[in-house]
Amino acid sequence: MTALAPIAENLWTDEAKPRLIGGRLPSGEIVFPMPTGDAATGVEPYPLSRRGTLWSWTSQSFRPKSPYEGPGEGPHDFNPFLLGYVELPGEVIVETYIVDAELSDLKLGMPMEFTLAPFDATRATFAFRPEKSA
Amino acid sequence: MNPVYIIGAGIHPFGRTEARSGREQGVYAVRQALADSGLEWSDLQCAYGGSAASGSADIMVNELGLTSLPFINVSNGCATGGSALASAQWAVASGAFDLALAVGFDKHDRGAFNASPRAYGLPDWYGQTGMMLTTQFFALKIQRYMQLHGITKRTLGLVAEKAFSNGAKADHAWRRNEVDLDTILNSPVINDPLTKYMFCSPGEGGVALILASERKMRELGADGVRIAAVAIKSRPPNSFEVFQPAISVKEGGKPTVLASKAAYEIAGIGPEDIDVAQLQDTESGAEIMHMAENGFCADGEQEEWLAEGRTKLDGKLPVNTDGGCLACGRLQPRLRSPWLVRGSHPPAIKVRTWGAWRARSLWSRAGRKGSAPQLGA
Repeated sequence: MTALAPIAENLWTDEAKPRLIGGRLPSGEIVFPMPTGDAATGVEPYPLSRRGTLWSWTSQSFRPKSPYEGPGEGPHDFNPFLLGYVELPGEVIVETYIVDAELSDLKLGMPMEFTLAPFDATRATFAFRPEKSA
Repeated sequence: MNPVYIIGAGIHPFGRTEARSGREQGVYAVRQALADSGLEWSDLQCAYGGSAASGSADIMVNELGLTSLPFINVSNGCATGGSALASAQWAVASGAFDLALAVGFDKHDRGAFNASPRAYGLPDWYGQTGMMLTTQFFALKIQRYMQLHGITKRTLGLVAEKAFSNGAKADHAWRRNEVDLDTILNSPVINDPLTKYMFCSPGEGGVALILASERKMRELGADGVRIAAVAIKSRPPNSFEVFQPAISVKEGGKPTVLASKAAYEIAGIGPEDIDVAQLQDTESGAEIMHMAENGFCADGEQEEWLAEGRTKLDGKLPVNTDGGCLACGRLQPRLRSPWLVRGSHPPAIKVRTWGAWRARSLWSRAGRKGSAPQLGA
């Protein structure tokens, strides 16, 4: 996993247990991702919680058109994946890949934990998975 | 604001028309609307229109005539048609013009729309990872709604079954064959819980409407349908709509709730007064949620409504009487719903009022007795 480069810079923290980098607005509201450019004025980077609960989910059963860059070539060479929204209590609800789960495992409100997952041969992206103890 | 009437309506059938460009389908609809109203192109005083993938609407003057009329191009995503209509309605209601055109047309490629993250102010990784898809959003929204309000997959299937049944009866629809519930439920899953037959497909077509002031309508001796209200809203704080890498933990408002409420207030009526509704139905889930967001039922009651057939053509509140987007296909500019109130569809449905999500409009018959359009074959 360490060999894989992050799909984008400053998306998660570089620490043993990485965290997504959100932003805290002057109002105290937490947003994700961290805004850039003029929109970042007054916004403090805010590492998000690694634990949350499942807010909604779906499956991606067909290969998305460009700008999707996932592995495979052509519309039929595609590995379906799961994705959803995970609520980080008191912070924000983030859209994320869901890994280490089957569609039938997923239940509203189930505990989820942050992880990194291979995106293609060279890059990693962020994901959540059902909490191991759950 | 002065009352505004639709005195002419034209439509180019939906589906795939190899022989005509998107704009040519729009011109076809404009010519039909002119014929319907008994007007010439040179009579029109202003025009609003647009497409998402077929170029600027004002280029139509090359085919229709260089009359120097102000022609405003509208670009507002899948609200382009509704926005053109709202703009034309406001132009006439203000008293600035007596005759206005609203037109929407398009010719989309096959398959789901692809969007550029940067055009939406979003980071590249959101598109690269394949999380920036409209179809995912629809699935994520209805998935949560189903969990919270006890809606079953069967009910999603019943929405699609009704759509194809209605589309089979509508001359302008794209999908003209009925599809049975088992086929819908067992078709390939696109984004769980939505299957192939629960999604509309990007398509082609065009709709044109001619709007007139009351004074002009009387002067012309024309029949008209009065627009009871048009309301458009964008997102309120903390809302959950398409292309959001994150959502607020605070429960937000819903633009459709705000728009329908505003339209009811303008019209001086409530959801209980609506006889037929054309609701945005990009997929089965949207129609379900918009039934509640427009005030026709409480969250969760759709399960009972669909099971009892209350939104079928012979039900208490027929919804998407021509099969909606599911049977007609999806165009970015959407004017099909207001066309229906003026056009000759569907048979045996008495149209008095309705609400439409994207046009976010309410309509009523002309106030003048006997001036309502003759509906039905």
